[in-house]
Amino acid sequence: MIGEGGNAALSSSSCRGCPVSAIFLAPLRALILAIALIAVAVPAFAASFEESVAKFTTDDFSDTEEAIGEIAASGNPLAFPIISALQDERLMFDADTKKVYIKQSDGKAIDAATGAAVDAIPDSASAVNLNNRLRRAVDAALGGLTLLSPDLSTRLSAAQSVFKSHEETALPTVESALAKETNRSAKDALAEARAAILLFKSDASEADKLAAVGTIRARGDQDALALLNEISGGDQPASVTKAAKSAIASIQSSLAVWSGVQNAWYGLSLGSVLLLAAIGLAITFGVMGVINMAHGEMVMLGAYTTFVVQEVIRTRYPALFDYSLLIAVPLAFLVAGAIGVVIERTIIRFLYGRPLETLLATWGLSLILQQAVRTAFGPTNREVGNPSWMSGAFELGQITITYNRLWILCFTMAVFAILLAMLRYTALGLEMRAVTQNRRMAASMGIATSRVDALTFGLGSGIAGIAGVALSQIDNVSPNLGQSYIIDSFMVVVFGGVGNLWGTLVGAFTLGIANKFLEPVAGAVLGKIAILVLIILFIQKRPRGLFALKGRAVEA
Amino acid sequence: MLTQFTQELAAPFSRRRWLAAAAGLALGLAGFSSAKAADDTIKIGVLHSLSGTMAISETTLKDTILFLIDEQNKKGGVLGKKLEAVVVDPASNWPLFAEKARELITKDKVAVVFGCWTSVSRKSVLPVFKELNSILFYPVQYEGEESERNVFYTGAAPNQQAIPAVDYLMKEEKVKRWVLAGTDYVYPRTTNKILEAYLKSKGVAQEDIMINYTPFGHSDWQTIVADIKKFGSAGKKTAVVSTINGDANVPFYKELGNQGIKAKDIPVVAFSVGEEELAGIDTKPLVGHLAAWNYFESIKTPANEKFIKDWQAYTKNPKRTTNDPMEAHVIGFNMWVKAVEKVKSTDADKVIDALPGTEAPNLTGGISKMLPNHHITKPVFIGEIKGDGQFSVVYKTKDLVPGDAWSKELEGSKDLIGDWVGKKCGNYNVKTNKCLGSGT
Repeated sequence: MIGEGGNAALSSSSCRGCPVSAIFLAPLRALILAIALIAVAVPAFAASFEESVAKFTTDDFSDTEEAIGEIAASGNPLAFPIISALQDERLMFDADTKKVYIKQSDGKAIDAATGAAVDAIPDSASAVNLNNRLRRAVDAALGGLTLLSPDLSTRLSAAQSVFKSHEETALPTVESALAKETNRSAKDALAEARAAILLFKSDASEADKLAAVGTIRARGDQDALALLNEISGGDQPASVTKAAKSAIASIQSSLAVWSGVQNAWYGLSLGSVLLLAAIGLAITFGVMGVINMAHGEMVMLGAYTTFVVQEVIRTRYPALFDYSLLIAVPLAFLVAGAIGVVIERTIIRFLYGRPLETLLATWGLSLILQQAVRTAFGPTNREVGNPSWMSGAFELGQITITYNRLWILCFTMAVFAILLAMLRYTALGLEMRAVTQNRRMAASMGIATSRVDALTFGLGSGIAGIAGVALSQIDNVSPNLGQSYIIDSFMVVVFGGVGNLWGTLVGAFTLGIANKFLEPVAGAVLGKIAILVLIILFIQKRPRGLFALKGRAVEA
Repeated sequence: MLTQFTQELAAPFSRRRWLAAAAGLALGLAGFSSAKAADDTIKIGVLHSLSGTMAISETTLKDTILFLIDEQNKKGGVLGKKLEAVVVDPASNWPLFAEKARELITKDKVAVVFGCWTSVSRKSVLPVFKELNSILFYPVQYEGEESERNVFYTGAAPNQQAIPAVDYLMKEEKVKRWVLAGTDYVYPRTTNKILEAYLKSKGVAQEDIMINYTPFGHSDWQTIVADIKKFGSAGKKTAVVSTINGDANVPFYKELGNQGIKAKDIPVVAFSVGEEELAGIDTKPLVGHLAAWNYFESIKTPANEKFIKDWQAYTKNPKRTTNDPMEAHVIGFNMWVKAVEKVKSTDADKVIDALPGTEAPNLTGGISKMLPNHHITKPVFIGEIKGDGQFSVVYKTKDLVPGDAWSKELEGSKDLIGDWVGKKCGNYNVKTNKCLGSGT
């Protein structure tokens, strides 16, 4: 049914394109076609190209908007470079000389009105300012100009911006592009763009509009929903409004299902962040029994290590930027781990078995560390960039998955697996387990317990440092970074069961998913309170958490 | 226990104040100021958090006052005396603000205090300034609904920031659907109440307004950003009005960028995001999102360019940014200097009476004036975020907007005015012609 509608749209478009396209046979046929067709829409007394370009020099938004329209319609080969330069803030104007320059990516510059190369852009020149209205105009113009681009991704994004702007003037270009298009996804995008234009075109036939509703319905995402909502409120034939209403209902019901999937993904993602922050604490608190209030500050130190690594890379080796996180991970582990060992040797080892004093001492320590970082790096946020592989998102069905969250989930699982393997298979892991289970027995077997204590605390702190590298990608890098995670970390460890890494894993994901399913219903504030209440009730019932340790280890 | 403690501290002071008043009666007012002239400096209190959560924003303001004092001393000080800063650290701890304020006024005998950022810290020090009759200059945009005799509000009231921003979006972007997102505390809640009433008065339906609150320091914005996207797919132009505070902004904007919400589709206008907050983020995905302030670093006026140059020279940091609350301190400081020079005294009562009507140039080319309600006139700018973390101004009010202490949009406050000149009252009801008592 929908397929038929799509075919009908295609055949009608190719026919309509026929008589016009037959006129042009020159190599640049396609481009000229696009421009000529847009030109029909502008007044016959359009200004000359130079005059249009000069409008950029008044630094006035309405002049700039006029210039964009005129240049896009001019058919001049410089139109595309000018408008794309405008989009990237590379279009410079000099108000005194009324000259406009394009700064090219290779650092050279050309005169926008003539295309002639210039030696240097004068210092008095500044970039042409844009606002959101102009950005939409630029997108629409670029969409029209690049629909016939040889590059597939450019064509796709052009079709997408035409879909959004649904300017009537772009219809002939869309139709001729559709007739020539061979790539399936680009074809779909163009058909959707055409459908969007037809729906807003007042004199389109009812049959065309019904077919268009079908095309949009098949797209089925939030943009489609927005478009259908918009037209169903407008002046449309009754049959079209009816079809749009039913399409809205069907898209909404499918999106409702997807939103459940989305919540589950958000829950996993939040759970992975919680787990990452808590996993170091699961060692120092869970395995050693030290209430370490400075745990959050170890996370913060890891984040600042990332900042320092990126600073060095930015100034010395800019090409390595995408690897900055990989370099930061071992360094953050070493920095936070070393500080952890020092803390254990100088403070905590005198306080074993005195939880209240440990709590106070480490709390004070956390304040000292915060203020030290504030003094060294300043109180304001530090910028930690996202490498290109951690920026942006992709669509999976109707949900958006951001790369940074996905990588953090993978990273967390990797850290968890390595830690588990270390405790299970290495000599140090064996000693750690021995010491925490029965200190005196372990000592009499010849294990240097105080050395193991220091290394265990260092390991927990080092893992907190690694967590800081990941958290620097989604949160502020400021002296307060750690504070916001310390409560959550304790919550996860206590809920999951002290002394059990698997408990921490299950606890983190349970809390993450529960939080994300509560949040849409109760709101972020109440959702958080509800989680805390649930944990209190749960701890009443099971004081030792989800997975309590059994046997003699419990009493140790 | 705390009150007992404060009473003990207050007792000797009020005795001393009696003595001073008696001396003043006997010797005349000139005698009172000459008693103070024994010191060769005028002390200025700086009450900004230098540690804790708010240090991120307040440290810069402390530096600003130190810078202004330095500049003023180069010009010869005030009344022939050098100015001397007394800096204390209330450590983002609200009760500590009150203790430190008391210490500044009673122990250090400062003539004036510049300080506070959050509304809760201001509310915490109010009773101290009233009791000890001193002067506080408060430099941050806030929710309004207050006019105190001892406080001068140099930041924006809601009608100098929030309302013009909403007007801009309605007119320029034709926004029909609104998300009011904020951190869960008094400033966003009151501002959103005012905005909701205002939007409804402009014919916006209840179902076209979504209000959302998040805890302080909220870092997982996935659900809320997805909700905003969903709310925006109703076929009407949608915008987000953000009163999200401080630290939570960075993860919020990162999530917006990553989920691909572009300003040209759903613009976000923020009231608490300035040049400093953006310093921690890559702003390229955020180009076009908006902020409403009374000052932007990027505004090109000779006064602003000179200020930025001197500030960067003073801090020895050529990249140090400037922001709106800093400008508020500049205006407030200059007004205080003018008022002191006018009455030739730093006596609180005289300066309080002299301040309304005092004018001082702002950094964006206008002359701001202190109003009888202790708020000032300011221009309103709407800026769009640029790729370099600065703002480009896309709208500016024609004239300076006088600050309303009491919002005209709220049922409970629309008949109230603050007038410390004629009526000597912070909350005068113009309908019943009655003063309701204190100013809050």
